[in-house]
Parts: sequence; C-alpha cells; structure tokens
Amino acid sequence: MSHAPVMPTEAAPRLEWPAALLPEVEAALARYPVKRSAVLPALWLAQRQWGWLSPSALQLVARTVELPEPEVFGIATFYTMFNLQPVGRYHLQVCMTLSCSLMGADRLFKHLEKRLGIGHGQTTPDGRFTLRKVDALLERLR
Amino acid sequence: MRGPLLFKDIDTPGLKGIARYRELGGYEALAQTMGHSTPEACIDVVKASGLRGRGGAGFPTGLKWSFVPKQSPKPRYIVCNADESEPGTFKDRELMEKNPHLLIEGMILAGYAIGSHVGYIYLRGEFEYIQRILDAAIAEARQAGLLGDSVFGSGYAFELHTHLGAGAYICGEETALLSSLEGYRGQPRLKPPFPAVEGLYACPTVVNNVETLMAVPPILKHGAAWYRQWGNEKSPGTKVFSVSGPVKRPGNYEVALGTSMKVLIDDLCGGMRDGLELKAIIPGGSSVPMLPASDLDTPLDYESMNAKGTFLGSGGVIVIDDQTCIVDALYNITRFYAHESCGKCTPCREGTFWLSEIFERLLSGKGRMEDIDLLGDIADNILGKSFCALGDAAAMPIQGALKHFRHEFEHLVTHQRSLVNRRKAELAEVRA
Repeated sequence: MSHAPVMPTEAAPRLEWPAALLPEVEAALARYPVKRSAVLPALWLAQRQWGWLSPSALQLVARTVELPEPEVFGIATFYTMFNLQPVGRYHLQVCMTLSCSLMGADRLFKHLEKRLGIGHGQTTPDGRFTLRKVDALLERLR
Repeated sequence: MRGPLLFKDIDTPGLKGIARYRELGGYEALAQTMGHSTPEACIDVVKASGLRGRGGAGFPTGLKWSFVPKQSPKPRYIVCNADESEPGTFKDRELMEKNPHLLIEGMILAGYAIGSHVGYIYLRGEFEYIQRILDAAIAEARQAGLLGDSVFGSGYAFELHTHLGAGAYICGEETALLSSLEGYRGQPRLKPPFPAVEGLYACPTVVNNVETLMAVPPILKHGAAWYRQWGNEKSPGTKVFSVSGPVKRPGNYEVALGTSMKVLIDDLCGGMRDGLELKAIIPGGSSVPMLPASDLDTPLDYESMNAKGTFLGSGGVIVIDDQTCIVDALYNITRFYAHESCGKCTPCREGTFWLSEIFERLLSGKGRMEDIDLLGDIADNILGKSFCALGDAAAMPIQGALKHFRHEFEHLVTHQRSLVNRRKAELAEVRA
C-alpha cells in the first residue's frame, strides 16, 4: 500500500457506455444475483474502452452497479491492475518475483530504465511507454 | 506424454475444442454420473479416492464437500479458485489454457455433488486470455446441452460463469476471493463460519482449486481404487509441480505423489544449469520454508514435507543455486508479502513492513547481529497471529531460512556484504 491515490472531488464530465458495449454491460449485470458483484467486470470494461479509469469512468461504473462513488474508488484502488492514471501506449511490466529475479529480471529492468530514461511507474514524455515492476506473472521460461 | 493423468493428453492439438476433448473420453464421467449416481455416491467416491486440495492447504476434497448442509433453503455455490497467485506456481494456467473442458466437467460434477446450480471460476486479472478460452469452451458446452436447464437431459440444471480479478495476491485466500467476487475489496473474512456453511452471498459454498476439480472427472469415471494406483496411503494420486529457477528444463511436470525431489529436479528438469550447484529448494511456492540441497531425496508428498518442517503447498518448486544470496532471495519474497498484505490486521500489515525494512538494512551493509534474531522474533509474532494465512506465508520462509542458512545472515553482518551474490554482481555490470 505504498501509493495513496486521492479521490477526485471535482465534478467530472458525464460519461456513458458506448452503445456497442451495452450488451456486455448487461451480460455482466445478469451473471450475478446482486448488482455490486458486477463492479470488477464493469471496471474492466471501462478500462478496456478508455485505457484507464478516469474520474468520469469511475462515476459511470458507480451508476451502473448502483454503488456510492467513494466505494467504487476504494475497490479500484485495492487492485493493482486498474490504472487510475493514463498509461503509455505500451505498458511494459517486468515480473520481479524470485523465480524471475534468479533468471535476470533485475538486469532486464535496469536495462529498460536506462534505455527508456524512466523509472518504475513512469511514462516516457511522448506517451509511448509506461514501465512497471510487477510480481508473479507466472511467465514460464520457455 | 508429460504426466500420467492430467498431463497425459495436454499437448494434443485441438484439445481446447469440445470435439477433440470428447474423442479422448471427455464428458464420459459426466454422462456416467448424470441420472445414474446420486450426489452422495459422488462424494463417497471422492472421499475414498483420498484426493486433497491442490491449491496449497491439502484439505481432503470429499470431506470439504460433505460439510455443505444437506437441508438448506438457500442456493449453494461451487467456486473454482483459479487465482493462482503464489509466486513460483504456474500449473493451473497451463491446465486451463490447454484443457478448459476438463475444468468445466469437474465443475459440473462438483456442483452436482453438493447440490449447486451455479458455479463461478475466479481467475486472476492476468488470466484475461484464459477467460476468453474458458468462455468459448463454456459456450460450446452449453450448445451441446452439457450446461443449462438440463445437463445431459437429466433434469439437473447448472450454469457456469467466469469472473476476472484485477491483481491482488490476497484474493487466492478463499474468503478474500468470495469478498472480491461479491464486489467488495478483496479482504479475508473471519472463519467460522466456513464457506461450506456461509460462503458466497452468505450461502453454502465450496471453493476448490483448478487442479483439484480437474482430478474429479477421472476419479468418478474410473473409481477411487484406480486413482490410488499413484501416490501413497495418505497422499494418493498425482500432482503437478511447476519448476522454476536455474535448472536446464524448467516447466510443469505431473508426477505421482511421493516421487523424490531428486527425480523431479535431476531427471525431469535435467539438473542445474552448467556451472551452478543446487543450494536450496522452495518446494511449494514462495510461502513455504526452503530446504537445503542435502534434503533433495525428500519425497514430494504432504507428510514427508511436513516431517522436514515445510509444506507441499501449491507445488511451485523454486530452485536456488549456490551463487545466490539467501538473504537477498528472502528479501525478494518478503517485500512481495509486504506489498500484498491487505492491511486488515496488525501483525501482518506492520510485521511484513518491518521485516522488509530489516532486510534492507542488512543488505545495505548496515545490519546488526541482533537484527537476525529480530527477524525471527517478528516472524514468530506474525505466525498464527494474523487474520488469514497471508501472514503465515510471510513468516514461514524466514523461519526456514534462519534454520538452514543462518550463517549467511551472520556473514552479511560481519563482512557488510553477501557471502555470494550472483544477482548483485550481474546488476553491477549493468550499472558500469
């Protein structure tokens, strides 16, 4: 829990689901006996659509699953895969788990840092690459 | 053939599709059961087979199923734990990616046995592509009449859904998984009540690991005695081990329980990479205590591992070589648990943070001799005192390392540098 994002307080522009996504939104709501269970599927749909979870997107999800906005914000910040900031076109995630570390993950990460001129959690000024250290991606060495 | 049971046909081209799966005998267990066996009979066979939970705890599966109250007006749920987040484990991923219908068949059978009509497969966020594979397989099964209002025309209704997590190690803990599935932050809940009595939406729920559910169809098809041809009395059957680290052929291997670690590492994985010697083995994912190379002959089963002070766990075998600093390796594991601690209880939230800080002090060369005992002391104050097993997962590896490799910690304090550290040396090269 090292980062502590602050909940946006200013009114954000109202966002709606694109018509093409509505069937998926409806299907997500229909899968569970309660609406709030669709909060993760709805957050995923929003992130896939807009690339990140803007305050407007969080408010849309809150309306969709009928939860208070602060609660949806609290859920979104609990999970590491939700981007509450825009990310680069390429989101480079290097697994630093022991298995990967033993096989040179640290070197790989250092190389990327040097090559891109950015550190963990940063995005290149041209918006192309975001670099991040992650854990347990389970990518077996083939 | 990469294994005797679950991995027998795994590399068959087209296995993902229902046609090839059925050609190889798929859904025969389901056909044999629907309309022919009672739910109680299914539970009895699974109990007799001795199948134990393959997610890490090793709890007897049939017994878990029998805890679901027979008389309850509430709906019941079967949930598959496909969160596979234990560092070093990557078996469920390959199993689901290549043989999705086996999981679906296992879910329907488990659902039938406990009287459930809805199942959820909870996948970790990184498994989005597996969700697509499973959703396609579920659609095929529905089309073939194997899911829906009447499974195989038996009148038994069963629906199955996938649910994608979003990156939280804690969601592999079953009550945290249920919180997450309900739409809350994925934090664990107090047990009891156990999920079998009050689980998903406060209804009776069984949570089983992917590999466990996949073992159910062959067990129901061939019987308990047949399954017991592998393994031993208390640890029957086969288990998939995910081997990572500097061995020649890392990967997933399915072997009979009771096979020695030596066979797995030396024969199947081809031994260590050239120029490296084996120093330690973490046998069951990063949360279990490591064993020194001298314990290589230990059989891979629940009891033998417990006798050595460690656990079979999830079967994530991490191999550590002689050029790796144990303190550095432990720091890697500890900072992971510090990051993943959900913050709910004090021993885990504070303890993992302080453990991580002490490791940083030791590795920066500013460690004191008393820091070593302090690590042990903090670990002892987390173990068994945290709200869920995540605290134990952070504490146990430290106790294991202090037991077998205390001299490396002492060397670091006395000499202000590691006894050996291939990783640090390689990093220095990059910086130069």
